[in-house]
Amino acid sequence: MTSTAPAAAPTARAAATPALPVALNGVGRAFPGAAGQPERLVLRDVELKIAPGEIVALLGPSGCGKSTLLRQISGLDRPTSGTLTIDGTRVAPADQRTAVAFQEPRLLPWRSVARNIELGLPRGTDRAAGRARVAELLELVQLSHAAQLKPRQISGGMAQRVSLARALARNPGVLLLDEPFGALDALTRLTMQDLLVDIHRVEPTTIVLVTHDVDEALALADRVVLLGTRFDRPGATISRILEVPGARPRDRASTVLARLRAQLLDALGVPSHHDR
Amino acid sequence: MSFDERGGAPVSRPSSTTEGREPASRDLPSSGRPSEGRRASLFSWASSYGFSTAGTAVGAQHARRFSANALLLGAVIPVGLLIVWLIASEATSIPDYLLPSPGQVIGAGVELANQGLLATYILISVQRVLTGFAIGAVVGLALGAIVGLSDVGSKMLSPILGAIRAVPSLAWVPLLTIYLGIYEVPKITLIAIGAAFPVFTTVAGALRHVDPQLVEAGRAFGLGRLPLLTTVQLPAVVPAVVSGLRLALAQAWLFLVAAELIASSMGLGFLLVDSQNNGRTDRLFLAILLLGILGKATDALVGVGERALLKRWG
Ligand SMILES: Nc1ncnc2c1ncn2[C@@H]1O[C@H](COP(=O)(O)OP(=O)(O)O)[C@@H](O)[C@H]1O
Ligand SMILES: [Mg+2]
Repeated sequence: MTSTAPAAAPTARAAATPALPVALNGVGRAFPGAAGQPERLVLRDVELKIAPGEIVALLGPSGCGKSTLLRQISGLDRPTSGTLTIDGTRVAPADQRTAVAFQEPRLLPWRSVARNIELGLPRGTDRAAGRARVAELLELVQLSHAAQLKPRQISGGMAQRVSLARALARNPGVLLLDEPFGALDALTRLTMQDLLVDIHRVEPTTIVLVTHDVDEALALADRVVLLGTRFDRPGATISRILEVPGARPRDRASTVLARLRAQLLDALGVPSHHDR
Repeated sequence: MSFDERGGAPVSRPSSTTEGREPASRDLPSSGRPSEGRRASLFSWASSYGFSTAGTAVGAQHARRFSANALLLGAVIPVGLLIVWLIASEATSIPDYLLPSPGQVIGAGVELANQGLLATYILISVQRVLTGFAIGAVVGLALGAIVGLSDVGSKMLSPILGAIRAVPSLAWVPLLTIYLGIYEVPKITLIAIGAAFPVFTTVAGALRHVDPQLVEAGRAFGLGRLPLLTTVQLPAVVPAVVSGLRLALAQAWLFLVAAELIASSMGLGFLLVDSQNNGRTDRLFLAILLLGILGKATDALVGVGERALLKRWG
């Protein structure tokens, strides 16, 4: 029977949403200064084209504007210069073609884990389908046992997985992840990275992943985009783009990745102690 | 049952005395039960908040001992006061018109009950408080929502509401009496004004301080203005609303007495003025005790609602 879907594959799938391309054209963002202060330029001249289904990692030191750039793509914030498009049309305020897993889990404290994930379901999902989808996502992020717990009863790492599941519930054309594994212990973090690889294989949506973890970027991304500030100019912009070769899941110990890691660490100003 | 003063002097109705006593006689045989129910609910509340890590049986036992302890400790001072009162009134030369004995106060209550006035006064006062409280709470919630959620609303309403709140409660009484007559409306209006402000203040403040990150998350997941209100903002302010309601209830009793002291021919506040004019210290004591008991009882009722709400939304 060829018509039945393979049951064994990880199933983060509902009505498949096509992966969407993203284009950033000369994007800049300045924040008004405090009273009497001049405005502060955080991002400038960001030029980037992201292909449908691509995984792009945004890498940069803390405070350089990674979250701010992600907020431009999600439409939660507007650039002060330049334009952004998704699938050729301008990003709308809180663009519903995207879904965000924020840097903080941002769960509603009075709702159970399952009901928090429900919030991510596309509007108009019918009840039964919604419940099934939530159960599926809970299994995917290994939280089925915690479905009925409230956010204050779970650990920070579990909360971040709930937040990831909530974003996945949307079946977004562009999935935006802001340091999604930042609060996880090293082992769980590796498991979750593998999980993301699985999810992407089943549902190859476009993913923009903010991270400050070089290894995470190399394990997951097709391209690593480095954000940085030049000493002589205010405002961070793209300082470097690295293509990461090899199909996922990748051998974390491969020599190719080791060389790329050294390059990235050098670019970030960290001695890599890598023999070339 | 509805009371008002338009009928002139309160009529002594035989039914009102039986009504006043019936609930008490219904309570007597099962006097052990309500406290048990309370213990159970206290425990389930505690365990739902993760206070009890031990098994159910141990937890229940612990909760029962805890609540019995609390009852005992809470009773120490009232019982002590009662004893001091008894000794001071019976064993000293303080005259009765200054300090009536507990027995005389109970006697005053029985006397009023026999005239049919006790139940009437209690019921009309409770009715006024609850009506005024309900109206005030709804108005306070509505105004609080407008000021807390809308920038324009806040800029327009905050100054005037702040000014109105600054007017001492008693200042309204003469004006309300002239405009609205001496009937129920001015009293209820006054109580509603008193009850509205605590609700307004807490709700407006809480709505303005709802975690902006949660609101943004709601927006990111496609919630428009109204769904955002019901899904994120209102649930987030439930604890504040509840504490506002409790404050409002206390205010309602305060404003009730103010209203009844000044313009009334029925109710517990009227009993206070009337007894003062007739030198009936025993009735004054009775009225004060009743106000304390009723205030505490209505507060406990709100407390039960509070626990249910916080269990769901807290
Ligand atoms: N709403 C805002 N108003 C003013 N400054 C902001 C705002 N959001 C971010 N910034 C500033 O922009 C800079 C970059 O922040 P962010 O994008 O969060 O950094 P990252 O995510 O790379 O750690 C920080 O210096 C921060 O202070
Ligand atoms: Mg950030």
